[in-house]
Amino acid sequence: MNSRKYLKVYKKFLHTSFASELEYKTNILIDLITAILSLIGSIFLLSIFFQNNGYIGGWKFEQALIIQGIYTILNGITNTWFNPNLTEIVKHIREGTLDFVLLKPIDSQFFISFKKINPSGFLEIMLGFFLLFFCIRVNQINLNLNFLTLSSITISCSICILYSLWFFISTTTIWFVKTWNAIEVLRSFLYIGRFPLNSFSFSLRIFFSVFIPIAFITTIPSEVFLGLSQLWKISLEIIVATVFLITSRKFWLFALKFYSSASS
Amino acid sequence: MVQNIIDVKNLSKSFDISLKEPGFKGTIKHFFRRQTKSLRVIKDISFEIKEGEIVGFLGANGAGKTTILKMLCGLIYPSKGSILVSGYLPFMRKENFLKNITLIMGQKQQLIWDLPPIESFYLNASIYDLDKFEAKRRIKKLSDMLEIDKELFIPVRKLSLGQRMKSELLAALIHEPNILFLDEPTLGLDINAQRNLRKFLQKYNEETNATICLTSHYMKDITSLCKRVICVHEGSISYDGTLDLLLKKLSPFKEILIICRSEEDAIKLENFGFTVKNKIKNEITIKIENNSITSSLKTILNNFDIEDFFINEPPIDEIIGRVLSKKGYEI
Repeated sequence: MNSRKYLKVYKKFLHTSFASELEYKTNILIDLITAILSLIGSIFLLSIFFQNNGYIGGWKFEQALIIQGIYTILNGITNTWFNPNLTEIVKHIREGTLDFVLLKPIDSQFFISFKKINPSGFLEIMLGFFLLFFCIRVNQINLNLNFLTLSSITISCSICILYSLWFFISTTTIWFVKTWNAIEVLRSFLYIGRFPLNSFSFSLRIFFSVFIPIAFITTIPSEVFLGLSQLWKISLEIIVATVFLITSRKFWLFALKFYSSASS
Repeated sequence: MVQNIIDVKNLSKSFDISLKEPGFKGTIKHFFRRQTKSLRVIKDISFEIKEGEIVGFLGANGAGKTTILKMLCGLIYPSKGSILVSGYLPFMRKENFLKNITLIMGQKQQLIWDLPPIESFYLNASIYDLDKFEAKRRIKKLSDMLEIDKELFIPVRKLSLGQRMKSELLAALIHEPNILFLDEPTLGLDINAQRNLRKFLQKYNEETNATICLTSHYMKDITSLCKRVICVHEGSISYDGTLDLLLKKLSPFKEILIICRSEEDAIKLENFGFTVKNKIKNEITIKIENNSITSSLKTILNNFDIEDFFINEPPIDEIIGRVLSKKGYEI
């Protein structure tokens, strides 16, 4: 793969996406306000849960805020990259414009995963980082090299798992054409990622670890922040992320064989 | 000797389509137990196209023209048979193959809707690994050929259909492909825009010796661009040859409008034994076989008092329409 070319193309993607989004200033403003209000709402909801109980699933409010911070970062990444691009796959397949993507001398998965960005999602990512820095101070977390490495690895793995889940569902559009509902169901499951895994019953914990690995997405990186994580859990997250990424890639290449293009 | 750039042998394609009975009961049945049927849309076709040729694919809606084009450019996997385009198996979509071809669809667009076309051109240039100066040179050259200039800097959503189509062409040709697949490129364009587009394609073919495969329902596109046509009828090729020969085969007659000096002469001519299409006062239209036009005209001029006459070619749309008609037509 010619990485210089891909970098050049990605710079163009960024440029054209920004330019497209900036055509609609009011829309960006509304998105920014929504992101701030959504974060305030989520923290308020979390504080209600902790009002009567000091602990939920063994987590204090200040600790649970770490999960909220990671969730906000991941949600920001979803809104910046995954949502605008992967919902576009549905449109590409319904309208047959995937033809143009497939005939470009560039990896089609790269093209449809990164062509668009929604700049207002950046604010959510920034808000998430602010919340994390606040939590680091409140929980008196020691910022050493070990912590920085492990937290970067686990958050990166979470991004990979999240991307793979989105991409997997979007790819099924090649057979089912309309998969908006499945994407909405995934989004609803992701809301669960705002709460510690231990706060759920045993059966739900199994479901969110094995079937839809929401647990890996927020809880394991949060445990790294609090120094509670065990090496086997981090290793498992790396394995899950790698398997998910490879599977989503293979699944896309397999699905393309069934692409019949829209009729003219 | 000119090389074959496209080589198709015994190509077939089948699609699974779902069947639905009408009404509410049919909808419920369709939801729970979907019935599918395999439909053979392309049936064992073979043809070759030489480098630099412009070939028109003719056929009624649903005849399989677009499916053939999409298999040629590698978008659809064939069910049976073999295709070689520029020495490549199209469905492998190798980078060098993709750099050699382009697909333009009249009813679909790749330009970024909210931005001026120039932004899409530079994006495509980066995808085709062109440096900024080369991209700029090609944009200038193609925009001169297409006669677009200030439109390059106006958001796509504000351009007219004709301007948008020209921009689509520029975006699709920035990598200077050798093979162009055009699926109804003039769809919805006004007469002037259609003419300009045809003029451009002709010029592009002359300058670059690019091979062009074209489908269109506008006969003018076919007659002014294609020397060779491939007629597709229900997934099979019903004719593959020159357009001239097709027209001769399909229309062995010419219509001659004769204006007689008096109505009496017109009545006499009407009863002379020619095939009369219609007669209005002293004007009479007769149909004469192509190979007997000279002798028939001699007879008419010697025996009748003629004021004027006009030889008309039968309308090409009407002739081609017969090829496209669904049932019982064999060339």
